[in-house]
Amino acid sequence: MAIISKDEARQILEKVLSFSSAENCEVNLSGSRQGNIRYARNTVSTSGVQENISLVITSSFGKKSGVATINEFDDESLKRAVKRSEELAKLSPENPEFMEPLGPQEYSESKTFAESTAKIDAEYRAEAAADSMGPAAQKGVTAAGFLEHGAGFNSMMNSKGLFAYNQNTNVDFTVTMRSNDGTGSGWVTRDFNDVSKLDTGEASKIAIDKALQSREARAIEPGKYTVILEPAASVQLLNNMFGSFNARTADEGRSFMSKEGGGSKLGEKIVDERINIYSDPQHPEVPTSTWTGNGLPRKKMKWLENGVVKNLFYSRYWAKEKGVEPVPFPGNGIMEGGDATLEDMIKDTKRGILVTRLWYIRTVDPQTLLYTGLTRDGTFFIENGKIKHPVKNFRFNESPIIMLNNLESLGVQSRVNGNLIPLMKVRDFTFTSLSDAV
Amino acid sequence: MKRRDFIHLAGLGIGASVLPVPLMGNHIPAEALLEVPIDPVKKKMLADVALNTAKSIGASYADVRIGRYLNQYVFTREDKVQNIVNTESFGVGVRVISKGTWGFASTHDVTPDGIKRATEEAVAIAKANAKIQKEPVQLVPVQPYGEVSWKTPIEKNTMAVPVSEKADLLLAANAAAMENGANFVNSALFMVNEQKYFASTEGSYIDQDVHRIWPTFNVTCIDRAKGKFKSRQALSAPMGMGYEYMDGRKEGKLDGPGGLTHYGKYYDIVEDATAAAKQAKEMLTAKSVDAGKYDLVLDPNHLGLTIHESVGHPLELDRVLGYEANYAGTSFATIDKWESKSFNYGNKLVNLFADKTQVGSLGAVGYDDEGVKCKKWDLVKEGILVNYQAIRDQAHILGERESHGCCYSQSWSDVQFQRMPNVSLAPGNETYSAKDMIKDVEKGIYIIGRGSYSIDQQRYNFQFGGTLFYEIKDGEIKGMLNDVAYQSNTQEFWNSCAKICDESDYRLFGSFFDGKGQPSQISAVSHGSSTTRFNGVNVINTGRNI
Repeated sequence: MAIISKDEARQILEKVLSFSSAENCEVNLSGSRQGNIRYARNTVSTSGVQENISLVITSSFGKKSGVATINEFDDESLKRAVKRSEELAKLSPENPEFMEPLGPQEYSESKTFAESTAKIDAEYRAEAAADSMGPAAQKGVTAAGFLEHGAGFNSMMNSKGLFAYNQNTNVDFTVTMRSNDGTGSGWVTRDFNDVSKLDTGEASKIAIDKALQSREARAIEPGKYTVILEPAASVQLLNNMFGSFNARTADEGRSFMSKEGGGSKLGEKIVDERINIYSDPQHPEVPTSTWTGNGLPRKKMKWLENGVVKNLFYSRYWAKEKGVEPVPFPGNGIMEGGDATLEDMIKDTKRGILVTRLWYIRTVDPQTLLYTGLTRDGTFFIENGKIKHPVKNFRFNESPIIMLNNLESLGVQSRVNGNLIPLMKVRDFTFTSLSDAV
Repeated sequence: MKRRDFIHLAGLGIGASVLPVPLMGNHIPAEALLEVPIDPVKKKMLADVALNTAKSIGASYADVRIGRYLNQYVFTREDKVQNIVNTESFGVGVRVISKGTWGFASTHDVTPDGIKRATEEAVAIAKANAKIQKEPVQLVPVQPYGEVSWKTPIEKNTMAVPVSEKADLLLAANAAAMENGANFVNSALFMVNEQKYFASTEGSYIDQDVHRIWPTFNVTCIDRAKGKFKSRQALSAPMGMGYEYMDGRKEGKLDGPGGLTHYGKYYDIVEDATAAAKQAKEMLTAKSVDAGKYDLVLDPNHLGLTIHESVGHPLELDRVLGYEANYAGTSFATIDKWESKSFNYGNKLVNLFADKTQVGSLGAVGYDDEGVKCKKWDLVKEGILVNYQAIRDQAHILGERESHGCCYSQSWSDVQFQRMPNVSLAPGNETYSAKDMIKDVEKGIYIIGRGSYSIDQQRYNFQFGGTLFYEIKDGEIKGMLNDVAYQSNTQEFWNSCAKICDESDYRLFGSFFDGKGQPSQISAVSHGSSTTRFNGVNVINTGRNI
């Protein structure tokens, strides 16, 4: 029941619209089945499944809108829900930023669904967890991990003739391995649309090795260091930077992207010229839906080209105000990289720190995009091209803008949280204090 | 669901995009928030379907939660109502133990058939996982309470107040901010009503009606020529109260140092928005702090978050034991430190307690989500670590025979687990006000409101900002400061506690959307304290030129 086919969705949506007497009506139908398993102390702790399906009807008269949601699909229930949304619309205040529904759009085919992932069951989950815990126990390491998977669909239709449909699957896996003496910790993350690409045993070995190698870390002075950031270490800072690529807040003067004297930094070079970031819903490694929740098509879009801001996202309302085309928020971020592997990068480093991940990242100053947080689960000192020893974790205070200006080199990309991010070597990364945390 | 999905679902523009707002549930008309769709007799009948099914297919324990979770959110910016959202989420979650292993399943199909299917699925999951289970679940006993009920003591049900009245109040606050120099203001009112029915094979049938409210805003002032902006958030606290919190009654206000007004049991949003605009404007030209050691005078509306991060989370027993290792982390407050009975978490002035019964607090309920009656207990007594926060499957590890009653799930569709109770700092015994405290400081900073906060995965090293910072010199407030953050270590910090104001200054801080677990769940929790001074804390300057 959780996944309704394209034809069935079309029929339900057409039926709902046939009951509408509003000036405009837009209907979103979506459903999913999600499952998870969680383990800690080398044993399973919780596991469960959730199934949901929901139909959201938005009716509008002029600039007044009303919304009703329902998860029963007999004619009477659908009629009642349509009527309720219309009554609510008539009672609601006018929204000065109301936009009429979009007309028919063309969408490219999406690559977000894999049958293998949709078939995951309780037995698979238990085995995947066992594959991760087994090697840990053998090496004197304690595993705590989480595997979450889902299969679902989204569809929408409106009274202007727009119809969109997409099916997607996802699997996310993370595991933290801690040495039994509590002095070492390693971590790994994997996410795919297609679960056949996931090997929890192989991934867990990386975390186990890091746990064993990071034991008895030494304290070194905080300060500015050259760092090699694994993709999982930089992804959140990059995501946070991306949050400021919003034309409206930039134009309003309340974002990093706002310019002295007014206007935005669109067209300005803000980071090193080797930085290129784009989004592409059809990238085979990180596919996303080819349309957004309000029906705008997602296309390949450049955000930073040779360090220059190429696009900001514009809501439909703000685009109309500014007389430009709307630019939807992307579903992924792809940062171009190089050929260097992690081993190459270490070999090429005279003195630096290898960072597995950054944790508890919070905004310190939205004006400068200054963030603080800490290294975690594998931080190592590099000298003369070799990893010398693990180091105690650091707190950092750094801005992704400064980080991308201090770029030394880029390495191979890998998928993290639905994005494609390269290894990065950056000079003068600011560590401000030491932490005893393992 | 991931955070980015929350934002996508919310689709509420700027106001919402700065808040991780989970909109779980179906949209319903405001009037439906007051309907009673199902009575306790019917709930008991449905609950028994789950309990009987579970027992008949080999479960040694089962509990069932039939939940109706209602949310009303109102969002505005400047002179516009951006969105009014009324949602209802209704369904059943069944948790079982079979072969010593937990299993959980949930369904929105609240019928005998739907509940039976969910129960069978929960048992099947438990059995599948039993193959890889190494630590069979052990529950400490709980008293069977029979059929009982509990309700948040409220004067005015938020859901019964017309939406237009709420929107008008927010718009009045926005207008006050704009008249006093703000360039932008976003405001929001979050209201929650959890109607939860719990039953278990232990013999309890518990019906509860829980209410919470949180008004908040963000006022921004801009210096366009310099391309600079500063924001000031509301100094409200989310509360376990009804709409009476918005009354702005005089007895809820406290006249603080430096002409500041603090809010306790009642909040005046228009007055606070007026002050916010003036203060955000002042921030644009305030002095940047000189880094160094300062005596910090921390207002309860700020200190609450420091308590939350440096005491609340590290004393969650599941963290200490490693159950949260893969997400939030573990804890420096290890079992051996507790067993030693001599671990100085803080100095002798420091008494920290957990309390699920405090009136007006976010965490107050009659019974937790596994049917345990709530209570108050000590965590740190005269500086010594004396206890943790535990639930039924953990209490035996502490050698205790009863749970602390802090099990919670954000909804019927998620499994319940150990969540932080209200954790508070006991006030000082001697008569002493915040104004007295300022007089006793030579070189210090007075910090009000929540700001940036970050702490490591074992809760040693932290860095906190705030909303408002005032320089204190020779016993007087000298003016506003910018770019302030303090960095410390939890044990060092609580041992630098120098003085705590008396009970008349005691107020609650709250966290409405505290996240924990995988999949992540939110919960709401309060932290009470009086203004407190910490001596010689390291302050850094966070200003940068880009």
